[in-house]
Amino acid sequence: MKGSLAVYRGLIDGGINFICSVPCANLKNLLNLIESERKIFHLPTTREEEAFGICAGAYLSGKKTAILMQNSGLGNSINAIASLYKVYQIPTLLIISHRGLLKEQIPAQIPMGLWTEKLLDVCEIPFFKPKNPEEAYKIILEGAKYMDKISYPVAILLDALYWEYDNDVKK
Amino acid sequence: MRRIEVIKKIVENVKDNEIIVSNIGVPSKELYYLKDRDRNFYMLGSMGLASSIGLGIALNCNEKVIVIDGDGSILMNLGTLSTISYSGVKNLILVVVDNSVYGSTGNQKTHTSKNTNIKKIAEGCGLDSVEVNNLEDFEKEFKKSLNTDKCRVIIAKTIPYNEKVPNIDIPPVMIKFRFMNSLVEK
Ligand SMILES: Cc1ncc(C[n+]2csc(CCOP(=O)(O)OP(=O)(O)O)c2C)c(N)n1
Repeated sequence: MKGSLAVYRGLIDGGINFICSVPCANLKNLLNLIESERKIFHLPTTREEEAFGICAGAYLSGKKTAILMQNSGLGNSINAIASLYKVYQIPTLLIISHRGLLKEQIPAQIPMGLWTEKLLDVCEIPFFKPKNPEEAYKIILEGAKYMDKISYPVAILLDALYWEYDNDVKK
Repeated sequence: MRRIEVIKKIVENVKDNEIIVSNIGVPSKELYYLKDRDRNFYMLGSMGLASSIGLGIALNCNEKVIVIDGDGSILMNLGTLSTISYSGVKNLILVVVDNSVYGSTGNQKTHTSKNTNIKKIAEGCGLDSVEVNNLEDFEKEFKKSLNTDKCRVIIAKTIPYNEKVPNIDIPPVMIKFRFMNSLVEK
């Protein structure tokens, strides 16, 4: 749980108060935490692009938002990032489970896994790749401030090696 | 019934503090032409997301939020009906102007021209929905929705028609700032 807990604490201490999500196996513990603690408003959505729309509305009415998603969902969201977030300068924190890299077993995850950083580059979304829970906490805390400074999304990429911190074996 | 007539009825009936989110393309331009106001959010891109933006706003304010959407856009983001219902939002009125075409791109038919029924889909998601075929009924249902503490979907069946109206000449960031400021002020 160390990995998920650090992300959760980063979101809370970073002042995130509105979350939309589409699940990923690696986000399971984090989603459970958010649901059970009930400190942050959380709305599950049917598609990542929809999450971008809802979070844009929440931002317009004063919320500090985050979207929890798998990197594959980036592909579902590019047009919203361009024609909504870029056009109106809207911040949000993207907590992305980055599948398709080391340890991946599912062939279908690999192309998007390898293209994720390039896609974020094209979208001019700054991204950070914490390697352990301490880094994740700090980067999420700072990312939640930075997104408001740049008035644009900031992405946190958490790969399979990061999520090993959720297995209590790796300390 | 034409889309611009539906939008006219909406602006005639909303109070100053109520919020309007309008769909990409001609609907936003028609709203801008009829009545520009700080609490209008003109969505200029992101086809399909007007209802999602409206939902995000409505979940975080007390005023009624009226979304002017289109059938083509609803079909692009059908999950929105399911999420709106799931969220339990109460202060959202989703007006789907169903002209059975992609009006803004030259009136190409949408699937509602054949056998797709948005009212039934919305009902299948658990939403209170009504379909209207004339302006009088629209106004009646819209007023009712403004005065009910419940999310409602009004499907307004219209003919394909785009009013010749100018483009929105406010920079998008300005649309955003004045909208956000108007929410903070009151
Ligand atoms: C992702 C995407 N696909 C296609 C378009 C082109 N486009 C702009 S408006 C529009 C039609 C919208 O139709 P509808 O929601 O029915 O509204 P209407 O214009 O008929 O009121 C289309 C297809 C676009 N802007 N974005």
